[in-house]
Order: sequence, then C-alpha cells, then structure tokens
Amino acid sequence: MDLRFTPDERAFRDEVRAFIADNLPEETRRRMVEGRVPTKEQTVAWQRVLNGKGWAVPDWPAEHGGTGWTAAQRYIFREELQQHPAPQPVGFGTNMVGPIIIAFGTDAQKKRFLPRIRNIDDWWCQGFSEPGAGSDLASLKTRAERDGDHYVVNGQKMWTTYAQHADWIFVLVRTNPGAAKRQEGISFLLVDMKSPGITIRPIITIDGGHEVNEVFFDDVRVPVENLVGEENRGWDCAKLLLGHERTGAARVGVSKERLQRLKYIASQVEEDGRPMIEAQRVREKIAGIEVELKALEMTVLRVLAAGKRSGESRKADPASSILKLRGSEIAQSITELMLEVAGPYAMPSLADPESEDLTNEPDLAPDWAHTIAPVYFNWRKLSIFGGTNEIQRGIMAKAFMGL
Amino acid sequence: MDFDLTEEQRLLQDSVRRTLSDRYDATKRAALIAGTPGWSRDVWRAAAELGLLGLPFAEEDGGYGGGPVETMLVAEAMGEALTLEPWLSTVVLGGGFLRHGADAATRASLIPAVAAGDALIAFAQTEAQSRYNLADVATTARRDGDGWTLEGRKTVVLHGDSADHLIVTARTAGSQRDRSGIGVFLLRADAPGILRQGYRTVDGGRGAEVTLSGARASAVLGDPADGLPLVERVVDEAIAALAAEAVGAMSALHAMTLDYLKTRKQFGKAIGEFQVLQHKAADMMVALEQARSMAMYATMMLDEPPEARRAAIASVKVQIGRSARLLGQHAVQLHGGIGIATEYAAGHYFKRLTAIDTQFGDVDHHLRALAARVSAAA
Repeated sequence: MDLRFTPDERAFRDEVRAFIADNLPEETRRRMVEGRVPTKEQTVAWQRVLNGKGWAVPDWPAEHGGTGWTAAQRYIFREELQQHPAPQPVGFGTNMVGPIIIAFGTDAQKKRFLPRIRNIDDWWCQGFSEPGAGSDLASLKTRAERDGDHYVVNGQKMWTTYAQHADWIFVLVRTNPGAAKRQEGISFLLVDMKSPGITIRPIITIDGGHEVNEVFFDDVRVPVENLVGEENRGWDCAKLLLGHERTGAARVGVSKERLQRLKYIASQVEEDGRPMIEAQRVREKIAGIEVELKALEMTVLRVLAAGKRSGESRKADPASSILKLRGSEIAQSITELMLEVAGPYAMPSLADPESEDLTNEPDLAPDWAHTIAPVYFNWRKLSIFGGTNEIQRGIMAKAFMGL
Repeated sequence: MDFDLTEEQRLLQDSVRRTLSDRYDATKRAALIAGTPGWSRDVWRAAAELGLLGLPFAEEDGGYGGGPVETMLVAEAMGEALTLEPWLSTVVLGGGFLRHGADAATRASLIPAVAAGDALIAFAQTEAQSRYNLADVATTARRDGDGWTLEGRKTVVLHGDSADHLIVTARTAGSQRDRSGIGVFLLRADAPGILRQGYRTVDGGRGAEVTLSGARASAVLGDPADGLPLVERVVDEAIAALAAEAVGAMSALHAMTLDYLKTRKQFGKAIGEFQVLQHKAADMMVALEQARSMAMYATMMLDEPPEARRAAIASVKVQIGRSARLLGQHAVQLHGGIGIATEYAAGHYFKRLTAIDTQFGDVDHHLRALAARVSAAA
C-alpha cells in the first residue's frame, strides 16, 4: 500500500495545472468562483481549447480521440479542472451519448457525430425522464412508431438540462408497448432539435435559474438511421451509463474548491468584531466537512486503484452508489454552511442569475452574497438527479447486501 | 498509488484470522472476561508463536520487521474477533515507545521478552484532569542520583493490572499543561511505591488506577525534557491501530446485522425486505467504507512528518468515531431487543466501538484540533 502518486503522475498534474492556468480565460474562472454556471459561450470556447490540445474526451478510446490516459490520470485531470475551477466537458455529449454511440452506434453514426461532440459543434441534451417516469425510468411513455424510413415520436420529456442550448437530443422511446418486460420495448433515438414538432418549455427552478426544461414531441419525424443499437434494445444503452465514470459522482474537486470559497466568505463576514473564520464553531464545522471529504477522496482513490487492478469494468459497483451518496451530501453541506455564514446577506435577491455581471448599483450587498442562497437551493438537485440518494440506497441493499 | 496487499501480507491476514477464529467465540469470551486476568494466556501464546508480538520490531532487535500495514492487518483481525488481549498496550503502545524511544540496552532487554509473550507493558498517561490532552501532565519525575523518582496518579491505564512494565509520562519541568518538560519513563510494575487497582472496563477489557509514590524508573525513554513529540508519535500509531480495529469490528457487526435482516421474519417476511431497514443498512455500509478508507489513510500517513501526520490522524479519529457511532447504534436498532441482550454478540461489538471513541481522543477532541488548523482562504 502506498498513497503517493508516481513521479509521472505528479508531472502530469503539473502539466494539466499549467495548461489550465495559461489557457482558461480569467472571466470564466471568476464566474465559476462566484458560484455561477459558465455561459454557453464560455463552455464551448473552453471545450474547443481542450479539443485543440487533444484533451476533449479523455475517457474515449484512442481511435475516437481519447487520450489513452490511465484512470489515475483521468482522475487528476478532472480534479484539476474542478479545483481551478474550469468548465468540465458537457457530460451529455462526452460522457453519455458519445460512449453510447461508440459502444452501440453504426460506423456512419460514429463518423457523423463523434467529431462534432468533441468540439461541441453539437450541444447534446438528454431525454430520459418524463412526468410519469422519474426514478422508475422504465415506465416511460413517449412513443415512437415506424412509418417507412422514419420513426414518428410523440410524448413529453422532462428535466431536460439545457435543452434551450441544444442542437440534438438523445431519447428513450417506447417502440413496443406489448413487450413482456417494460425494459424490452424501449429504443434509443438521436433527434435533431430543429425537427418540426419539438417544443421547449422552460422549468424555472427555485433559485431562479433556467437549467431544465420540458420537451414536447408532437409527430416528430426521425430518420431510422438515427436509431442507436437495435430496436427495442435501448435499455442496454441506458444501462451503459450506470457504470460509466463511477468516480465522477463524488465531485471531490468541486467540493474542495467550494470549501476554499466558503473560507473566503467566512473571512469577509464579521461576528462580534471578528471574522467568522475565527469563530470556533465555524471552524469545527469546516473541519468536520473536510474530514468527510478526505474520507470520500480516499474512497475514490481506492476505487481507482481497484479498477487499475481488475481492468475497467462497466458493471455496477457498490462504490458508485457510495460515492454518489457522500459526494452529494458533502457538497450540499458546504452550501448549507455558506448560507449560515452569510447570515442576513443570504437574503437580498438582487442579481439576475442569468446576467453577466454581479455588481449591483447602488451597492446593497457584497458581491459574494448574490449566489449563496441560489446555489444552496439549486444544489438540492445533487441528491435527486442521476438516481436519487434513496434509489442509491436501494441499489446497495439489493445488489450488494442481498437484502 | 496502490491499496493492494502483498502476498506475504495476505498470508499474514489469513493466518491471524484463522488463529483468532479458532480460539474465540462469544461463550469463551464471556468466560475470559469473568476470570483472571480477564483475557486468554492461550491466545497470547499463540500470538507469540505466530510472530504477532514481535511483528513491528526491527529484525536486529529480535523482531520481524513489520510496518504499519502489518499492524493494520493484525488490528483489523482483532477487531473482527473482538479480542481481549493486551496487544495494543504491549505491542503497539509499549512497542512503539521501545522502537522510537529506547536505547540499545533497554531494547535488548525487553524486545525479545515482548516478542516471546513473556513481558507485558501498559501505557500510564491519562490523569484525572487531563482528559485527552497529552500535554496535561501533573505527575512529576524528580532527579534522584542517577535515576528518576515519580510521584502522581494515572487513571484508566489499559491493561495496567496485568502489566510487567509501565510506561509513564511525568513532568520534569514547566507547568502542568506546557508542551515541554514532559518525560517518558519505564518502570517495573512491581517496583516499590507503585499501587495498582485493576478493574473491568465496559467493553470487557481491563483498566487500572496507578498511584506512584516515590517509584523509581528503570529507564528513560527519549529526551526527559522534551518527550511529548515521542508520545504523540506513539499515540498516533495507536490511533491508526484503533482505527483498523474499529473497521474490523464494524465490518463484523455489519455482516452480523445483514444476516439478521435476512433471517428474522416479522409480518410474514424477512425484515430485510422492508425498505426503511434496507436504507439503514446502506447507511451502515457507507459509514463502514468511509472508515475503512480512513484506516488505510492513517496507515499510509504514519511515516509522514509530524505536522502532516498529526492532522491526518486527527481526521481519521473523527471519521472512525462518527462511523462507529452510526454503525453501532443502527446495528443494535436493526437487531431489536436481541441487540441489547448480553448473550448475543452484536451488543459487545457496539460496546467495544463505543469504548474506542474514548481512547486517545474522541470526535470532539480531534475536531477541535483540526479546527485550530483551519486557515482563511484568499
């Protein structure tokens, strides 16, 4: 047993760190430090910088533009992006539909879509959840009926992140309502968002932000060549995502960066004439979160080391549920403590979350204050999306403890 | 970065587990606790024969040259079996002081005896007022010719009643809570001026009140004017071992709870089919894995420089304490009434896990130490 990264891995970390520092626009970094999501333009510009460097899709096979990095290098790369902070690749393209096309797509699909995903020439969004299909995804109702060379899609998708930015959507649709098992009648389709019959309705979340949407399909015609894998075997595609990048859900780098921000804010806010960072109870709460985060980081490293030993497996693993649970809970606890430290300045609701500029005139609240409560509200999503934490506990009970 | 065990380490783990599981069960354990000395001479002899008692010592001192990983494996196996023997006191604490603080003559006279199972050591550190502050030492050591004479009272000395030697912290200079001016002394437990009052501890172990009235030390360990860094190093090694022991105990208790959930039937089905209980079992698994990660972290940080080592060990003890409390309480709750029945093993694991939090600093103590290190960010 040895905790240290190898000299090569440490040199790699330095290289990544230097590249990010030299190439990421300061404006993008500052926006993220302030607790806001980078704009579409900032995200696209950064992804193209990474693509120019050959680092757009580290996880993909080398023949499709992957870097051939070890699991440890991929971990280091992601952690450096998170801690800087820099925008991470838009997961719906690089982590979801990309790997699915690589695993199940035709040569024509690979040639057509993969290079455009790497460069975000196409922005992808995900059409899985529906009003009646959340945790129970297999109950989805959106229909696709074959009509000559097309499928005709009717139905509604929900919680579609950044559908408003998207050029394409990948959807799970029901192609065989009579299948014996619900999972067996589902197919995986790629749909151009400019297709006639698609309507987007924003869902504004309680922080005031516009991240998610409803997407309606009304007789949308999709060429059959946009079917990925076999008809009625779309559930296999969806399952591929379960085991993909299982350490990503821990978001250790993001939480480390947010802890730095928390300490900065606690240095700005005073209580009884002293910065809050000097208050014993605040320090103990911060230290307590740092312990939890260290334990999570060590668990991530154990998973990485185990993967190195056994070869990468795409099978579900208790570790991915543990990492998702703890990663979301720890991140949420940081936003909660930020809210407590901000005190009365958590209250003013002055800045438009979509605006470029957080300065306000007249000067009614410190600049750091504007995102505190919105991020606290928004990050409740972390224990809901990607399989709620209760679903994760259920997976652990059934699959790994035999209950 | 590597979390794998070597082939030799795997073999060690297997043989320790086998040796202990052959010799321990709930009935035998209860009989040992009720008897004298409160643990098993037979198990101690077997541990000596297996090489466990000489494991961490250098080969030139008569040991087997094991490192922190080997200690972790033994501790974890002892946690699984819920052993009672004075291994932590004699080999980890006593052995730690011998390895890091004793001169060649002392090492030569004691280490072979420890390795053979013939010498037992206890660490007398805690005082009535000190709680977990290692620097709070009121016991005094006074120069007396070419030796030292100790006066004071040490409390909750683990396995102090059966020990052949005591390792005692005492103040040689300064005031009660100064970091400097603390010495570490080796005394024969039967030396004149030592009164020991042994008792059972809540987890089935042994403790003692040790009163020192003009007791003469047989050796000084380390620098008598500045022994605290030595104490901190050895205590950190003991915390790492306790962390591994706790992981072993938690792992056994979790497995026992899962078995119970699968076999106990109520309302016509196994109670493990109830989601509310499944989720508690899942939370126990998370707590266990987080603790396991931190026990490994402790092991790998022991040879780092003191500042980094102490911060790491403090965070490990916090996580272990939190995980053990959650897992222990859930295990008892999921067992229902049988969880608090003395005839059943779960409650005994729960008691040991509870006791571990009180050894060398609880969650609050170490959280306070970590809080002092939190610095403002730019």
